[in-house]
Amino acid sequence: MIAHAIFFYTFSIIAVVSAIMVTASKNTVHSVFFLILDFISISCLFIMIGAEFLGMIMLIVYVGAVAVLFLFVVMMLNVAQQKNQWFAGQSTSKHIPIGLIISTLIFFEIIIVIGGWKYKPEIFDINNSLANTSVSNTHSLGQILYTDYIHIFQISGMILLVAMIGAIVLTFRQRSGVKRQSYIKQISRERVEGVEVLEVQSNKGVKIDD
Amino acid sequence: MEYLNIVFQEVYKILFLLIPVLVSVAMIVWLDRRVWAFVQKRQGPNVVGPFGLLQSLADALKYIFKEIIIPSSSNKVIFILAPIVTMTLALIAWAVIPFSATQVLADINVGILYLFAVSSLGVYGIIMGGWASNSKYPFLGAIRSAAQMVSYEVSIGVIIINVLLCVGSLNLNDIVIAQQNMWFVIPLFPMFVIFFISALAETNRPPFDLPEAEAELVAGYQTEYSGMMYAMFWLGEYANILLMCAMGAILFLGGWMSPIDVYPFTLVPGALWLILKILLLFILFALVKAIVPRYRYDQLMRLGWKVFLPLSLIWVVLTASYLFYFNLLPVN
Repeated sequence: MIAHAIFFYTFSIIAVVSAIMVTASKNTVHSVFFLILDFISISCLFIMIGAEFLGMIMLIVYVGAVAVLFLFVVMMLNVAQQKNQWFAGQSTSKHIPIGLIISTLIFFEIIIVIGGWKYKPEIFDINNSLANTSVSNTHSLGQILYTDYIHIFQISGMILLVAMIGAIVLTFRQRSGVKRQSYIKQISRERVEGVEVLEVQSNKGVKIDD
Repeated sequence: MEYLNIVFQEVYKILFLLIPVLVSVAMIVWLDRRVWAFVQKRQGPNVVGPFGLLQSLADALKYIFKEIIIPSSSNKVIFILAPIVTMTLALIAWAVIPFSATQVLADINVGILYLFAVSSLGVYGIIMGGWASNSKYPFLGAIRSAAQMVSYEVSIGVIIINVLLCVGSLNLNDIVIAQQNMWFVIPLFPMFVIFFISALAETNRPPFDLPEAEAELVAGYQTEYSGMMYAMFWLGEYANILLMCAMGAILFLGGWMSPIDVYPFTLVPGALWLILKILLLFILFALVKAIVPRYRYDQLMRLGWKVFLPLSLIWVVLTASYLFYFNLLPVN
């Protein structure tokens, strides 16, 4: 149990400190790296409470894909220019009130959740929950997700698809004058089409069509 | 005291796994160069030791004694961290590889997801190295590599779903045991081919070695690295290649199972079968390097997104419908 506690506190301290560093560090790329560290330690915490499937999916989706795209975008930004804009002693930022509202909302949500824990402890009782503890985590997740909640699952998938198509449509623009190569055309070229043998008369030359 | 005992036992096991992996990485570099040379009718490294077997050791010695140069305008912490990340990620994945029904360091329930997660994290070593070098060629190499690895991961993930449909478990030992009657390479042969090509792209091997295309980008993300740090990138890369071969062997070639379930073959320990299968796949990797010219970048992206992804998705639907229609789904 002591080993468990040591690991829990290590991972949670890393998670909290790196979450603070995401907002505190001045270099945006460093922020993304701290974000990645945060994701990894949180997935370690997931694995520690026995939710190994969620932990691994967290690693694959957030760290393996989402954070890579984050890093991509952030690296493309001109970091030097940003430094001048954001950190040159500008104390009157427009983002602060919105941030305050959102963080108060999240704070109250957490209060509600913890309050529920306090007054109705049976909600959080593992034995009362739907999950069957005799099968593995992945199995029980699949059994619930693809039977009881299949429609919600499908709808969320459709929403994601619509969002993806919407993003593509919004950024799509037809460019003119783009040279495209057709593989089939290139491969199926015969010698007869490409090479022409001509009699070249002296002092007249050959007209090459272009 | 009891804790310490357990810890020491685990450390002992880890060393017993890691040292052979590191030695085999050194050997595999030699094999790679040898195969490459034979295809081109050269001799390859044949001077140091018998058949040149100790060439990699000599190279390692050379790298150790070289000076590590850290560019003055680089981001030093991340610059030093990048090869360490690459190397660590390449080695921690071996924890879940089963060498027989019992010989596995961590027999976890979500083994294949762990392998997939670790191999998808491998891109960070490259991005960190490329960005921290603060130089154009490494940065371009890193950007290319990130886009390439993310694209091909998608199709590898879908191929893994294909195999999992036939197995009904995420545990690597269960995946091996499910191939007792027939290796998955037979019913899922197209997926095996796509997996092999995606693995080439995922590990930045030729013909998809655009991140380090020497004709365009000097050496890509490794341009600014020297000495042992360069060697660590190199070791990590080859350890990743071996890992991909092991993944292919487990998913499609029956892992530690003997090819035929007859008396003299079943006596051979499972670890040896797995190593033989990994070697077979690796020799294929090396042959591809020697035979195929490098892809252009847009062709690479087209292959990943427009050919492999739809094909493997269609194959998922096919496999699922086949299993469902003939009532073969592995339900427990």
